[in-house]
Amino acid sequence: MTSTSWAQNAHLVRSAGFGGAGVLVDAVDRQGAAAWVEQSLHADLSHDPGATATPAPAFEVLAPLGKGASRDDRLKRRQAQRQQVNELLTWWIRRMATATNPMVEKLTFGWHNHFATSASKVWSASMLLGQNETLRSLGRGSFLDLAEAMVTDPAMLVWLDGQLNTAKAPNENLAREFMELFALGHGGGYTETDVKEGARALTGWTVSRVDGAASFVARRHDSKLKTLLGTTADLDAAGFVRVVLGHDASAPFVVGRWWRLLAGPGGPPPEALARMVAAYGPGRDLRAMFGALFTDPAFGTAAGSVVLSPVEWVVGSMRALSVTTDDATVRKATAMMRSLGQVPLDPPNVSGWPSGQAWLSTASATTRVRAATTLVKAADLHAVEDQPASARVEAVAHLLGIPRLSGRTAAELKKHVGLPPRLVATALVCPENLVI
Amino acid sequence: MPLPPIDPKQPMDGLTRRSLLRASGVAGVAALLAGAAGVTLREVMERGRMTPLASNSPILVLLSMYGGNDGLSTVVPYADPAYHDARPELAYDPADVLHLDDQLGLNPGMTGLAKLWSDGKLAIVRGVGYPQPDRSHFRSMDIWQTGSPETPVPTGWLGRWLDTAGDDPLLALNIGEVLPPLAVGAKATAAALAVGGNANKTTLADAALTAFAVPDAADGPAARMVVASYAAHQRCEQTFGSLTSSDGANAPGDSGGNGNRASLAAQLGLVARCITANVPTRVYTVSASGFDLHAAEKDAQTGQLTQIDQAITGFRSALAGSAREKDVVLMAYSEFGRRVRANASEGTDHGTAGPVLLIGDSVKAGFHGDEPSLTDLDHGDLKTTTDFRAVYGEVLDRLLGADPTRVLDKVPPPVGLFA
Repeated sequence: MTSTSWAQNAHLVRSAGFGGAGVLVDAVDRQGAAAWVEQSLHADLSHDPGATATPAPAFEVLAPLGKGASRDDRLKRRQAQRQQVNELLTWWIRRMATATNPMVEKLTFGWHNHFATSASKVWSASMLLGQNETLRSLGRGSFLDLAEAMVTDPAMLVWLDGQLNTAKAPNENLAREFMELFALGHGGGYTETDVKEGARALTGWTVSRVDGAASFVARRHDSKLKTLLGTTADLDAAGFVRVVLGHDASAPFVVGRWWRLLAGPGGPPPEALARMVAAYGPGRDLRAMFGALFTDPAFGTAAGSVVLSPVEWVVGSMRALSVTTDDATVRKATAMMRSLGQVPLDPPNVSGWPSGQAWLSTASATTRVRAATTLVKAADLHAVEDQPASARVEAVAHLLGIPRLSGRTAAELKKHVGLPPRLVATALVCPENLVI
Repeated sequence: MPLPPIDPKQPMDGLTRRSLLRASGVAGVAALLAGAAGVTLREVMERGRMTPLASNSPILVLLSMYGGNDGLSTVVPYADPAYHDARPELAYDPADVLHLDDQLGLNPGMTGLAKLWSDGKLAIVRGVGYPQPDRSHFRSMDIWQTGSPETPVPTGWLGRWLDTAGDDPLLALNIGEVLPPLAVGAKATAAALAVGGNANKTTLADAALTAFAVPDAADGPAARMVVASYAAHQRCEQTFGSLTSSDGANAPGDSGGNGNRASLAAQLGLVARCITANVPTRVYTVSASGFDLHAAEKDAQTGQLTQIDQAITGFRSALAGSAREKDVVLMAYSEFGRRVRANASEGTDHGTAGPVLLIGDSVKAGFHGDEPSLTDLDHGDLKTTTDFRAVYGEVLDRLLGADPTRVLDKVPPPVGLFA
């Protein structure tokens, strides 16, 4: 039986990282949860051995096709783009699986869900990597900076047609989705007029076909007065972000969206929401918000409320079992994510991935078992194998950072102690391992 | 054999049905409830042999077009000068449009539907929408799928029909593993058929999943959901147990593809096979996406509609000559149309009312409902002329033999869609 603090820290690690891992829970337990959260939120990736061992690839920006491009040229270019996106995806999954401290990568993945952008429209690996690095570097700073970076981010501008949004006739796509999905929530106190006015504020940004960079072109920008959420000014992108994030509905929406992802699908209880909104503050301080979230008493109470998403489950299994991260294995892991319905860089739409019950279709049950069987073949099972049979159930629970096994699960696992690969594969799909 | 229903008394652990429906989106990806039956083509075909659908039973095929299909680029008001004024770059040349009368014509890509029109098998309901239109993809699709514009409800309109219509799990069949909210009732849901067939079984699956399908007092909310999904998996195995002893038997040619990403042609191909095999299913649900064209719309829209047209034409030819041909009605809708005026990117932003298409031998061919004015607009958008519940109500009454008042909060007078 594990201690209460170990169980609480196992929950923290499952939420702040990808799935459980006993070794990390031990470390957090020694250091203390609050200190580990604080340290992780300030962690400098250049000192993280796992992150420095997996540097981001550099992508050559593919030259735009000339006017007389043939069908063959087009096909070749599309193929080159696909190859680059696959390389980016492989790198990111490998990075998630190997970063020594998982929190930064988990928050980066969470921001990717928040600002869900798909390669299916953006196509450019260098733009997608640029966005990914922005999410990683600003994801623990001020949301004002992150949100402004997103509305002028090349991948986002292409994804939501921002580069086509001009003074002459605005394109509302980015302004609408920003308010509905990124900052205020549907019904969050804005009107159709605010969408139109917001779109005007965001006019003028273009993306270069040559180097994939975003730039502001003053003559495409609508510099007349706009009235957005009751504020009248000559708003630009930064002003738009300031006004929207300053609206009363914004802080509870942003905090609530993160809570649903990390803590519980029902949203935070009112007192916890108030504490997190206070920490987030007028400066929209994300580090303080995450710190408040992970250390709130209601966070601990919510343990066991979230169903692990496929990416969390596959990456978490790779981390806990030290699965090799050569290209072939990472490609297999990607295929598992695909058959379970969630692949990074390929969200179903701009609202991100569904959650909870969506990952629990009857078909996914057998798919998950197949994946578990494949994963253990590339895993390091010593932590279980080196134990006598009588200690292996406890060993696998520790390995996967499962705080407490139910009688049901322990009884089933006991049947497989003679066969460690099967024991571990079975533990990977047990209900206790599929939750945060 | 009935599948055990979802227990409405069992709380969904904070994850309300509502938020589940909210998770649905443009790409047609929605949440599959744990109680829904994933079935294989082999199982479905076997039901066609054992308990065939009664002769002359009407069959509905419902096509959801995700992303907001531009109604004005589908049924084009080519003779209206206001149309050309509002969309100088985007408007279709009257000579390219497939004329239906002297005012309206189909998109140039829809040659198959134009033929169906002249054969008297296409009904077009114009200006269909609901009061106080919402321009969010997600909310508006929820409204169309739940059939409840005024208040959010946790069930889909066909799901509520299933609740009243008996307990055969194959009464409605969704093509694709992921159920759309419209097919989810309080007690019953549609079954789900993957285009590539369901996953093969493994030996480990049988042992572990059976053990983990048993609830334990120590389970938290999320673990209870996992256990429920394993239990639902077990029930599927039991319901279709006699049929799944071999390899899951996917028909050749069905390999690959994930349900909701499969082409409409592949989805409708599967529906045609089921219908001609006498499968006891009254409603099939299929989907298409890619209509959210904020930029460079014209060619992309024609391409989209060409694919839809070819898939429907192929579906009709697959049924041609079969005894079921006359019984099948395909209905297509989208969550909204687009703004009348084009934006500067030669695309259109989110709008309101749009046409609903019905195709089949039993429909009353021609136009229904008034064509919305292009000059008398509501904030730049078309005014709804037909409440979508009038269409749903008539489909429930005439095709499914159901009392619409048991399914819809409001049933406007019928439009006269059926002969």
